[in-house]
Amino acid sequence: MAEASMDAEAPTVRLGLLGSPNSGKTTLFNALTGLRAKVGNYPGVTVERREGSTRVDGRLVQVIDLPGTYGLDPVSPDEAVVARVLAGEVAEVAPPDALILTVDSCSLERSLWFVAQALRLELPTCLVLTMTDELTARGGRIDLERLSAALGIPVVSVVGHRGLGVEELRGQLRDPAAWERPPILPPNDPSERQGWMESVIERVLVQRPERDPLTAAVDRVVLHPLGGSLLFAAVMVFFFQLIFAWATPAMDAIDAAMGAAASGAKTLLPAGLLADFVSDGLIAGVGSVVIFLPQIVLLFGVLYLLEDVGYMARAAFVVDRLMGRIGLEGRAFVALLSSYACAVPGIMATRTIPSPRHRLVTILVAPLMTCSARLPVYALLIGAFVPATMAWGPLGWQGLALLALYLIGAAAALVAAAVLNRTVLRGEAMPFVLELPPYRFPPLRLWASQVWGAASAFLRRAGTIILLVSMVLWVLLTFPQVPAPPGANEAEASRHALENSAAGRLGMAIEPAIAPLGFDWKIGVGLVASLAAREVIVATLAQVYAASEEDEVSLRKAVREDRNPRTGELVFTPATVASLLVFFVFALQCMSTLAVMRRETNSWRWPVFAFGYLLALAYGASFLTYRIVDALWS
Amino acid sequence: MTDLYLSSLPVGSIATVVGVTGKGIQASRLADLGFLPGTPVTCLRRAPLGDPRLYELRGVQLCLREAEAACIRVSLDG
Repeated sequence: MAEASMDAEAPTVRLGLLGSPNSGKTTLFNALTGLRAKVGNYPGVTVERREGSTRVDGRLVQVIDLPGTYGLDPVSPDEAVVARVLAGEVAEVAPPDALILTVDSCSLERSLWFVAQALRLELPTCLVLTMTDELTARGGRIDLERLSAALGIPVVSVVGHRGLGVEELRGQLRDPAAWERPPILPPNDPSERQGWMESVIERVLVQRPERDPLTAAVDRVVLHPLGGSLLFAAVMVFFFQLIFAWATPAMDAIDAAMGAAASGAKTLLPAGLLADFVSDGLIAGVGSVVIFLPQIVLLFGVLYLLEDVGYMARAAFVVDRLMGRIGLEGRAFVALLSSYACAVPGIMATRTIPSPRHRLVTILVAPLMTCSARLPVYALLIGAFVPATMAWGPLGWQGLALLALYLIGAAAALVAAAVLNRTVLRGEAMPFVLELPPYRFPPLRLWASQVWGAASAFLRRAGTIILLVSMVLWVLLTFPQVPAPPGANEAEASRHALENSAAGRLGMAIEPAIAPLGFDWKIGVGLVASLAAREVIVATLAQVYAASEEDEVSLRKAVREDRNPRTGELVFTPATVASLLVFFVFALQCMSTLAVMRRETNSWRWPVFAFGYLLALAYGASFLTYRIVDALWS
Repeated sequence: MTDLYLSSLPVGSIATVVGVTGKGIQASRLADLGFLPGTPVTCLRRAPLGDPRLYELRGVQLCLREAEAACIRVSLDG
């Protein structure tokens, strides 16, 4: 209600917050607006859109946090958005009436170039010099009065995370229309503009800041050829551990709690459809959303901490060469590595990649990294069909098979990234820009709001889709209901219900399409159900084979001995098993990944594309695998 | 005074930017980043795998890949 009444009141002024990456723009935005930012996307692009509001003397001031940019020539999609918003070409976002320009006071010598471009927009502008505490600590000094006189606009010095200078800025916000305007605009011609810039610097930069001694000392270790590489490896192992192992206790606890809630609902409600819906549809659906929270909170807690401290830029520097070979950049490494645990946090981790094209490529290949949801499927098939004997020394065949699946996935991701970069997402190469900011103690409020932002965005935007799809799947797996034949035991009744459900019929209907891969209708049902999440195929196969899911030995035995009723041949031949494993390496059977792709790219276009190209890859690779193994075996 | 490209500036040495030879977008972006004629630039270090390199100019430390650094002509003083 409070929000509705706020929206109803027309803001007196709209402020655009403009500045380079690392200029303290986001910290200032938070200091001005508190935690009431509305986060969304600009239509059609993966550029995040943040708006907030604040009150000055009881009047509402709206603040638009424009994407960070180094210049106003629309080079990247981010900058195109800035240019279009400023020109009033984005229907959803009214152009700002005035600009707040943030400039890191330590980089004034560079930033005046951008200031010159911004002043030519001819909007009332106030310059905010940020991180002036750092400037002082590094022995630098800027004469604010002379700067204000030289530019002809108000200048305020702010230390955003400590709130210093924010009140003075608020004072300015009372009446932006009255701000002093430059009598003559800075020149547009590059060499004249440079002359203007150097003359301003000469007048206002009383003392140039020294190199930050702490940063220089830490970088001697962090960027050292050997030490830096080892530290990078250690940090990545830590990330992997964090997502893979340390999130598990919390995830198990959520799983157990949801299980308890589901069985509680079953005992409380009268047996029947309602009880089934609440426990297997609703509670299981909520569970499949909440289960991701531990990974997301842990990953983003550490990721944003390292980002705010300044390490992520260094990590990108260390590993950039490797990622550059496949057309990506250093920061994509963390996202791809996280995807080994789960593509959902992995795709969300691409938020730290500044270039939208790199970000999109990383999002599209992340599902190829072997996530932990594939492990139960691999474990079932490898456990049932690969001999548990030693291949060479302590290396067993089963372990080697698992390793091969991991390697195929990783190799496919690298090839797909290189191909996507040269085909679908081809475009003029953006100059690679990576600034190494000085090390800083992270502003904890900003950090907390970033982590909260990631978690709540997942819950609101992806979570609702996941919940909806899991309900739909429940309906498909439950209806139509056909009574079980008399005398059937519980397992047989459950199998009968599944066979006659819409999903079961769908699995049978697609049998002709999947027969060339060596799959029969039972695998088809499993594939349909596994659209919810890959590991669901294990439970579904257990249901189809009327085996107990808990008792994996009986399921392994059932799939091993299953024969085609017409031909009497084994259903799971070596060729079929290999084909099915390869299918799971490539196919994007995960509604949560699709939902989070939709959330992060702000359109269904990319999740649909990813699903399609990965399905085509999976189909082709499975077909070839089936033919080759079949030919080799017989 | 020796002219060379920034990509071949040895680690630890200081040079002065002479000009940028890249195409439109590249050139304007490099100008935004401060690679303007007369700007002193130091090559601070190489990444462990050789590329990119870390430069310091106008109070900022930033990394450029070889492809970008090869668009910037610099002159080595002395």
